[in-house]
Amino acid sequence: MTAMQTKSPHSSDGSDYSLRDHFRIWRTMLTISLEERLVYRGDFALGTLLRFLPIVTQVFLWTAVFSAAGRSDIAGYSKNDIVAYYLLAMATRAFSSMPGLAGSIARGIRDGSIKKYLVQPVDYIGFLFAMRVAHKLVYFAVALGPFVLVLFLFRSYFPAIPDVGTIIAFAASLFMAFLIGFFLEATLGMLGFWFLEVASLLFVYMLANYLLSGHMFPLDMLDGIATGLLGISLGDVVKMLPFEYTAYFPAAIWLGKISGPAMYQGLLIEAMWVIVMAAACRLAYDRGSRHWSAVGG
Amino acid sequence: MNASSRLPTVDRSLANDDVIQVSGLSKSYRVYDKPEGIAASISGLFRRKHRTVHALQNIDLSVKRGEFVALLGPNGAGKTTCLKLLSGIITPTSGEARVLGHVPWDRENAYRRRFSLVMGQRNQLWWDLPASESFKLHREIYRIDAGHFDRIRDELVDLLGVRSLLLQPVRDLSLGERMKLELVASLLHEPEVLFLDEPTLGLDVVAQHAVHGFLQHYQSARRVTVMLTTHYMKDVAALCQRVVVVMHGSILYDGSLAAFIDRYSTHKLVTLEMSNAPNPALLARWGSDVEVRGPEILVRVDRTQVASVLPELLEIPSIVDITVEDVPLEEIVASLFRSNDSGNSRTHDGAPA
Repeated sequence: MTAMQTKSPHSSDGSDYSLRDHFRIWRTMLTISLEERLVYRGDFALGTLLRFLPIVTQVFLWTAVFSAAGRSDIAGYSKNDIVAYYLLAMATRAFSSMPGLAGSIARGIRDGSIKKYLVQPVDYIGFLFAMRVAHKLVYFAVALGPFVLVLFLFRSYFPAIPDVGTIIAFAASLFMAFLIGFFLEATLGMLGFWFLEVASLLFVYMLANYLLSGHMFPLDMLDGIATGLLGISLGDVVKMLPFEYTAYFPAAIWLGKISGPAMYQGLLIEAMWVIVMAAACRLAYDRGSRHWSAVGG
Repeated sequence: MNASSRLPTVDRSLANDDVIQVSGLSKSYRVYDKPEGIAASISGLFRRKHRTVHALQNIDLSVKRGEFVALLGPNGAGKTTCLKLLSGIITPTSGEARVLGHVPWDRENAYRRRFSLVMGQRNQLWWDLPASESFKLHREIYRIDAGHFDRIRDELVDLLGVRSLLLQPVRDLSLGERMKLELVASLLHEPEVLFLDEPTLGLDVVAQHAVHGFLQHYQSARRVTVMLTTHYMKDVAALCQRVVVVMHGSILYDGSLAAFIDRYSTHKLVTLEMSNAPNPALLARWGSDVEVRGPEILVRVDRTQVASVLPELLEIPSIVDITVEDVPLEEIVASLFRSNDSGNSRTHDGAPA
C-alpha cells in the first residue's frame, strides 16, 4: 500500500486525485488482474503445485547428510530443525519471490508497450504493485490447501508454536519480505530503460539471492566464517544485505533462532531496505523513463 | 467529470486559439552502428561507433482547436517521433511545445486526462479479458462519473457497431474489431486532443471505411483536435483538411490538402473508353505515360494543357466515354518523396520509428 501512495514527482499536479481515488483505481486494477490471473487456471494450478517438489528433494538430501555425518547436530541444527527451516523458508519465498516481474517490465520497455502507462494518468509502479498483489492472492488461494497439508504432514518436525509477539514479528517480516522482493525485482526491471536486456543481470541476481537469502542453507551457518576484516564474520556482512530478509530472517524468527534485540535490529534493517528499494525503484523509473527513447513504434 | 473541471480557467483563453504550439522542436538519438559479421559483433563489445540521428529538426507547428491534421512522410521521417513528443512519452533534445497549455513531457496528470494516444496495433486493452473490463479500469483511472461513463460508452460502442463484442475476450477478436474497441477505450474520457498513429494499419477496406466514418463523425461533432500519421492516402483524403509533410525530420509542406494537390500535382489523368482495340501510339502526342487497360486508355495530360487537349481527344472516332481526374494522392506524395530524396544526401535520418 505504501507504494501506491508514494506520489511521483510528476503527479504533483494530480493532487486532485484523492487518496480515495487512488484506492478506487487500485481496487479496480486488483479485480481486473485477479480476473486475468484466473483465465489461465490450469497453468496456474500446475505451477503452484510444482513448487512443492523441491522441498521433497531437500528432505532427502539432508536426511542423507545427517546419516553420512553420523551426528544429530550440524551447526546447531537438528534434522528436524533443518526440515522445519526449509518449509518456512519456502513459505517466506512464496511471499518474496516475484516470478516474471523484472522480465515483464524489461520486455515492456523493449517492445514499447510500457508507453500506455506513460500517457495515462496512472502511476506505473502502483499499477505493478496492484498486479503483484493480485498475483499473490490468487497464488495463495490455490496454494493454501497444499501448504496446510504439507505443514500438517511435517508437523512433528516443528518446535512448539511461538508466543504472540514472535508471531506478530514473523508476520511483519513476511510482509516486508514481500515489499523488498517487489521493489528489488521492479528496480532490476527498470534498468531495462538503459540496458534493454536484463536477462543476464537477473541471472546474477538470482544466483546471489539463492546463496545469500538462505534458500540454500540456514544463514547462521555463516556466522563462524571470518572475512579476515576486524573480526567481521561472513554472517555479519550478509545481515546488512537485503537478501536474507527474503527467506532466512522470517523463518529464523519463527524457529526462535533470532529473538530479542537481535530480532528488533533485524526488523529495523529490513524496514530500511524496504525504504531504500522503494526509493531506488521510483528513481529508476523517473530517470529511466526520461532517458528512454521509446523504441519500437 | 464535469465540463468545468476539464477546462480550467487557464485554458479558456486558448479556446479559439492554438491547442498545439511547437517551436524549434528537435529530437536526436544516439544510435550505434553495428557492422555485419561475428568479428564486428565482438569488437562492438569494446568499441562502438555511435552516430547521431536527427529524428526531428527544428520543427515549428501550430494547430487550432478542432483541426484535423495529417502528418505524412516516408518511414523514419519523424512522424511518430513528433507524436511521441507531443504525448510526452519522450523528451526533446531542444525546443518547446505546449499542448492545451501543458508541456507534454512533464507528464502532468492534468494534461494526461485531456488527450489520448492511439498507436496502431498496440493494445491498451487487456488481452485475456473482455473489453468491458478494460473500459471499467479507464473509468477509474480517468475518474469518469458512472452515469456519464455509461452514456459515453454506449454512444461510442453504437457508433462503431461493436456492442456485441464487449463481452468477448479481446484475444478472440479480429484486428479490425480490436482497433474499434481501442478507439472506444481511448475516447471514453472525452479527450480534447487525439493523436492517432497509423490507426488503419493492417485493416481491410471495410474496417478502414468504418474507422474513417467514425472519426469523421466524432471529430466534427465534438470539435476535438486530431493529429494523425498514416501511410494510407485514403485516410488523408477522407479525413484531413490540413496536411503536414515531414521529410528527414523537417517540415516540407504545411497547408490545406487542396493546395497540396494543386501545388504538387502537375498532371490530370484522362481516361478514354474505346469501342475497339486502341493504338496507344496514336495518343502519345497528347501526353506522357500512355497506358492501355483493356478497352481503356489512360493518358497523363499536363494540367495547363487539359482544356486544349480535350476537344482533340473527343474527335477520335471510336471513343465511347471520357473522364478527367486528379492524379491519385498516393502518386503525388510518392513522387514528392522521391524527388526530395534524390535531392537530399541525408538519406539515413531514419529514426527508430
